[in-house]
Amino acid sequence: MAKIEIKSPIPGTFYRKPSPDSPHFKEDGADVADGDVIGLVEVMKTFHEVPAGVSGKSIKFLIEDSEPIMAGQVIAEVEA
Amino acid sequence: MNIRSILIANRGEIAVRIIRAAKALGLRTVQVYSDADKDSLAVRMADEAIAIGPPVAAKSYLNIDAIMNAARQAKVEAIHPGYGFLSESADFADAVAADKMIFVGPSGDSIRLLGDKISARQVAEKAGVPTVPGSDGRVDNLDSARQIVTQIGYPVMIKAAAGGGGRGIRIASTLEEFERYFPQASAEAASAFGDGSLYIEKMIESARHVEVQILGDGENFVHCFERECSMQRRRQKVWEEAPAFCLPESVRIALCDRAVALARQVKYKGAGTVEFLYDQKTQEFYFIEVNTRIQVEHTITEEITGIDLVQEMIRIAGGAKLSIKQNDLKAEGHAIECRINAEDPAKEFMPWPGLVDKLEIPEGDGIRFDTLLYPGYSIPPFYDSLLGKLIVWGTDRSDCLVRLQRALQDFKISGVPTTIPLHIALANDEDVSKGEFDTKFLEKWLATKFTVASNQNEEVA
Repeated sequence: MAKIEIKSPIPGTFYRKPSPDSPHFKEDGADVADGDVIGLVEVMKTFHEVPAGVSGKSIKFLIEDSEPIMAGQVIAEVEA
Repeated sequence: MNIRSILIANRGEIAVRIIRAAKALGLRTVQVYSDADKDSLAVRMADEAIAIGPPVAAKSYLNIDAIMNAARQAKVEAIHPGYGFLSESADFADAVAADKMIFVGPSGDSIRLLGDKISARQVAEKAGVPTVPGSDGRVDNLDSARQIVTQIGYPVMIKAAAGGGGRGIRIASTLEEFERYFPQASAEAASAFGDGSLYIEKMIESARHVEVQILGDGENFVHCFERECSMQRRRQKVWEEAPAFCLPESVRIALCDRAVALARQVKYKGAGTVEFLYDQKTQEFYFIEVNTRIQVEHTITEEITGIDLVQEMIRIAGGAKLSIKQNDLKAEGHAIECRINAEDPAKEFMPWPGLVDKLEIPEGDGIRFDTLLYPGYSIPPFYDSLLGKLIVWGTDRSDCLVRLQRALQDFKISGVPTTIPLHIALANDEDVSKGEFDTKFLEKWLATKFTVASNQNEEVA
């Protein structure tokens, strides 16, 4: 099955949840729709939502919560 | 002066600025840094550098214990807090004093008094500084509300006491509107916030943000003239000027005089800024708040007065009397500061950290660039996006604008997008040249007049 990569548009710190006490935006294995938010990137004191940008099945995150991320780095993969 | 060494409890361009001032005074400089800042210009320039924790500010630049440990280890006499971070923390000022060190700024009690909106407003009123006319607290019923409005005049803002962020605000321009909106606003506030109480404030329709630089040694107080800081986006200053050319001379004198009265009222010690709203229609000014620290835009005041404000605040902290008398102070020419941020003007000012490979900094008479940059520096993503401040002085405002246009054309920062294109457009704008703008100007102008191609590096995109 074809895999689609979801990349970070900006560099910063990647978060999988909206606040420290919240559940993840998406758990591994979940299905995602185009407009679903899958994480946040904090850069220079501002927070930016990362939309999935694709529809797919069984998302697999390749980066942990609170980890630094580069622009263009793959955040997750989904099955088309 | 009883300071021989100083610790800089900050980062970025202001840390560099403080190190320069401290070195000029012959002091030993100690820079604290987070893991993200070990290659910073400030760390390179300081005589000593001490690591205080991880990149997250809460665990480093906002961590009072970590900073105090570093100060004890380095055996410094004084700590300069810069701006932001702990600069207006009364608890930090107290902690420094408790450890028998000198906090470069006013006492913890002064910071507390002036930091609280209500007590600061009371101080201002006592010192005869005009505050925004309004209900001075909650209004219970339409009858007393009507009385207040008749006194202050229209338009007025009806605000929910429990509201915030612009919610629950109604604007009334006539008594009829006021009587219609008041009960509506109360009902809405009750359902939205669980509290229907309201307060009333006069609305300043075309406001300028002006502010006065003050210096005090606890006994003597002077102003170093004023600044015009109306050019703001999302309440963040973008471009500042000194002096405030929008003020008639009599208003300018009154404004500066009231700021000094306020400083005297609290026996102010250090450098501070009294901020005001200025109503262009009525030529009235109103107190907003006092900032008890050095400000980002202190540079333009330095350019028109020739005073080194950072050196002066260190001297005062070290026990020296104010070296300047009001009569000796003269404002000469005009200065403009442009904040150069690592943000992409073509993408709604998205902040963008990264490696700066090349730097071409404009040079010449009256041109100054205060910065944290050096070629090859990698801007970390953890802190704000301010890279530096281009400050240009001219013999008058139009001379200053011409020099600024030329300086901006010669200015190249490669590797990251910056706000240089925004400043080029502003410096060439007709309304800006005429000086016709208020606090709402920039956001409207960005929506209607500003277009720019991305200046982001292609390989990054």
